[in-house]
Amino acid sequence: MASFGRFIRLGVGAWALLLLVIVAPASSGAQQVNPTASSVKEQQLLQELNRIQGRVSIPDQRSGVLEQPQGREWREFRNVTLRWIGGVAIVGMLAVLVIFYLTRGMVRLESGRSGRTIVRFNMFERFVHWMSATCFIILAISGLNITFGRPLLLPLIGFEAFSEWSQWAKYAHNYLSFPFTIGVVLIFLVWLGNNIPSKLDVEWIKRGGGLIGHDHPPARRFNAGQKGIYWIVVIGGGLVAATGYVLMFPFYTTGIEGMQMAQIVHSIVAVLFVAAMLAHIYIGTIGMEGAFEAMGSGEVDVNWAREHHSLWLDEETSRTGQPRRAASAAE
Amino acid sequence: MARMKFLCDADRCIECNACVTACKNEHEVPWGINRRRVVTINDGKPGERSVSMACMHCTDAPCAAVCPVNCFYTTADGVVLHSKDLCIGCGYCFYACPFGAPQYPKVGNFGSRGKMDKCTYCAGGPETDGSKEEYEKYGANRLAEGKLPLCAEMCSTKSLLAGDGEIIAQIYKERVMKRGYGSGAWGWKTAYRETIES
Ligand code: HEM
Ligand code: SF4
Ligand code: SF4
Repeated sequence: MASFGRFIRLGVGAWALLLLVIVAPASSGAQQVNPTASSVKEQQLLQELNRIQGRVSIPDQRSGVLEQPQGREWREFRNVTLRWIGGVAIVGMLAVLVIFYLTRGMVRLESGRSGRTIVRFNMFERFVHWMSATCFIILAISGLNITFGRPLLLPLIGFEAFSEWSQWAKYAHNYLSFPFTIGVVLIFLVWLGNNIPSKLDVEWIKRGGGLIGHDHPPARRFNAGQKGIYWIVVIGGGLVAATGYVLMFPFYTTGIEGMQMAQIVHSIVAVLFVAAMLAHIYIGTIGMEGAFEAMGSGEVDVNWAREHHSLWLDEETSRTGQPRRAASAAE
Repeated sequence: MARMKFLCDADRCIECNACVTACKNEHEVPWGINRRRVVTINDGKPGERSVSMACMHCTDAPCAAVCPVNCFYTTADGVVLHSKDLCIGCGYCFYACPFGAPQYPKVGNFGSRGKMDKCTYCAGGPETDGSKEEYEKYGANRLAEGKLPLCAEMCSTKSLLAGDGEIIAQIYKERVMKRGYGSGAWGWKTAYRETIES
């Protein structure tokens, strides 16, 4: 039996040897003809995935991405598309506001001042508003510097000064993002109850909100326009914060496409946000008589409240009794 | 004037990482930063190829286009360099670069990523050629001494070529003709918008 086993093993061994002898030269011969027949091809890989990735032996595994030409589209967005969107939105909004001011002028208090005031925003509400507003303005200026500084400011002040300023602007942008985000969260919580859309808003919009024409459609604490601003702040602020933190902590949560997307969303929302806030600032200051006081001293004239927020005034007076007389505004 | 380029003949690269090591040593590149790396595609599978990659010193460089402080400049030799004094470390050049060339000493460290670092084609930076400041910020300036980048000089198989674009393209073409095959000049189409016909 043992010799039979050896015979079988020998037979198999011989066969294997024979196979090797026949096949090996054939396959190595084929490789000499074209060893790159099965090799990876750059253009083919790029077409398949729009990137080429492999293995690296250094610790930085991200560097395993060999090539990713889509940076080109991102470059086009950042240098051309974004500047158009931002330019049209911001300059366009400024132009609209100037034309509006020249034709409509300040929305006056039609019934004059009563001398009696009513509390509109308490200390805490005003603190939240101004903290967010201050941060917003600095974030906007330092952000727009990244977008428009190179073509607009750099030629005026030169490389050294522009870099120095941009470095500080960047620090400001990065650090002030924290109080700004807290501000947006507080704005969301503090005024949510007053900003749920209702039927009144539809009528308010239909009647031109009192900005177009001299109508005074009824409104509660916030009219449809103010609710719009509220939701722009909450949603826009949420979006810039979320994408901003992705940009601030690069590659923690995403790869290169994610970083490009974050920059695209961040910058588009930001420039539209700035345009919307220009309109908000306009109405809060030179656009409407008596409006600034609401966030300034926190008290508004009762006549202002009657003209712009009639239902809110009714609610407040029935809740707290007569509106109080402000000592300084009396005479 | 020469137009300096890199060309990695992937059919020759054996992933020995000599170029990576040469670069790190020549410029005393800090820990964690790799100006050059070797990427192996289809590792262990048939058709595997390794490509040594660093900054390709692109024509109409994307990094330079997106930099918000415009700190890049292209030398007369077509080498793309930048000023670390001007860089604010925003990371944008990394998002635009097709080859992952820009590196940051403090990636992810919020508020500050440090000054961007990348391959200089062994050509230093804006400081005086060969000065101490230039060496500390950018590494050696071999080009000013009439020498080519050390990575290519050290390449054991002469896979990695550096030099005037037309000359290295010619060398590569001759190789392809002689041996009868070539997987192409990796990255050239993306970096220079041209390939080497063979
Ligand atoms: C809320 C938190 C925010 C965070 C965490 C944040 C973060 C960032 C970061 C990291 C960048 C990249 C540039 C750099 O490194 O400095 C950036 C760019 C920018 N940010 Fe913000 N940001 C925030 C809010 C805002 C706001 C409120 C605005 C506008 C009012 C804004 C406008 C911009 C603009 C315009 C850019 C430049 C986009 C470009 O041209 O590429 N950001 N932001
Ligand atoms: S490879 Fe990257 S860093 Fe180098 S020039 Fe091209 S875009 Fe700039
Ligand atoms: S990281 Fe530096 S070099 Fe790169 S784009 Fe930003 S400022 Fe320019």
